[in-house]
Amino acid sequence: MMIIMKDVYKKYPNGVVAANGIDVQIDQGEFVYVVGSSGAGKSTFIKMMYREEKPTKGTIIVNGIDITKLKNRKVPIFRRSIGVVFQDFKLLPKLTVYENVAFALEVIEESPRTIKRKVMEVLDLVNLKHKARMFPGELSGGEQQRVSIARSIVNNPMVVIADEPTGNLDPESTKGIIEIFEEINSRGTTIIMATHNKEIVNTRKHRVIAIEDGMIVRDEQRGDYGYEN
Amino acid sequence: MKIRTFGRHIRESLKSLVRNGWMTFASVSAVTVTLLLVGVFFVILMNLNEMANSLEKDVQIKVFAETTATEEQLDSLESQLKSIREVESVNFSSKDNELKALAESMGEDGKVFVELFQESNPLSDVFIVKAKDPLDTMKVAKKIENFDYVEDVRYGKGVVEKLFNVLEVSRNVGIVLIAGLFFTATFLISNTIKITIVARRREIEIMRLVGATNGFIRWPFFLEGIWLGILGSIIPIVLITTVYDEFYNTLAPKLESSFIQILETTPFDYQVGGLLLLLGCLIGAWGSLMSVRKFLKV
Repeated sequence: MMIIMKDVYKKYPNGVVAANGIDVQIDQGEFVYVVGSSGAGKSTFIKMMYREEKPTKGTIIVNGIDITKLKNRKVPIFRRSIGVVFQDFKLLPKLTVYENVAFALEVIEESPRTIKRKVMEVLDLVNLKHKARMFPGELSGGEQQRVSIARSIVNNPMVVIADEPTGNLDPESTKGIIEIFEEINSRGTTIIMATHNKEIVNTRKHRVIAIEDGMIVRDEQRGDYGYEN
Repeated sequence: MKIRTFGRHIRESLKSLVRNGWMTFASVSAVTVTLLLVGVFFVILMNLNEMANSLEKDVQIKVFAETTATEEQLDSLESQLKSIREVESVNFSSKDNELKALAESMGEDGKVFVELFQESNPLSDVFIVKAKDPLDTMKVAKKIENFDYVEDVRYGKGVVEKLFNVLEVSRNVGIVLIAGLFFTATFLISNTIKITIVARRREIEIMRLVGATNGFIRWPFFLEGIWLGILGSIIPIVLITTVYDEFYNTLAPKLESSFIQILETTPFDYQVGGLLLLLGCLIGAWGSLMSVRKFLKV
């Protein structure tokens, strides 16, 4: 699944220009860091990929489909091919770890047998099988983020998009999260991750796309974080 | 939709009803009040309508011929009457006949009456005319008044018109009142659903993120609205049918001898019940759709 952005502009109703002529191509199986200062347009860049935001101008082609022209009612099916992870985990506090992950499959009407098998598989992958019956409130931040990652990949998406997934985590947990992303990436899933974590970007080398003022100012294979923060 | 999915939607919607407690109670009460009034108006209107219908059947025009009119003149009057387009039937009742009827209506005193007037009957021969459409009665009567050999024309002047006026006014008042209540009830329901949506915005956000279809997201809210409507219709249905049965049982025997009729309970109770249930569902569905459209940008 290839992601191509062509001449993408995004202007919000309040006048803020968050994307100002973005051209980029991300191939299947890549691991990409998206860096840039706060308000540079990282989040908008990422949100446009899973059609949370629509560009004002330009085309975004995912898997051969121009998602800017995608009809609203077709968005849900498109979303199933993309996993999304957030800084604040977005778990449901009243559901157990198992139920939180299963939720993603229940609402797309998977059969109970498939749900059970897939959920146990991904919980194993993120090393949380033994905590399946616990509630998010009983877990550490790193563990909660692993649940959230498990939920994002349980439907076998081609791409996982993460918006500052380690923003709330200590260095140790951060390392664990990145290792899981690399594990997922090694199985062929594209990883696109917006981050402020200089150390991670500089030590675990992958492609780096730097965004400033809604424009891509740098795009390097095995790049550096490049900012003094 | 799979049965399992539908079961899930029903569970979720019922959970919300309980969780929203007081708002559920408020919207159910609003539906209850609305439907009670709708029900009462419906019962009254349907019965007024029935009465109007039974009265309509009795509306006839009595054409009194001049007492001096000869047989031939009476014949020509009769054929003239029959030639009016709006007329359905013309029946002749001779003056002797009229005297007998008058005497009968007076009971014992009538006998004296008959003897007294046997020789020189002061009454007129009468043609009883019925219009095809009771509403044309007045028009037909006006026409007949201008015919020759006609002494007088009488009909149930105004009775039908008055009844229709009452019907019209009560229907209009009812509709305005009910429309107002209808909106209040829908508004309250849409607010209840809004609270559910707000309480579940994280769930909804995740559902959208992982690719749940819009229909899947909407269904529980839609069902919640319907439950509210159904719950709200229970009390009105039970109350109105019970009271109407009681009312019918006391009143019907007394009305038997008169020409006024009220509707029998058997099909009518089911009609009222069905109508109220349907209206309840409609109010609920509409209220929930309004709020889903507004607060659930899916």
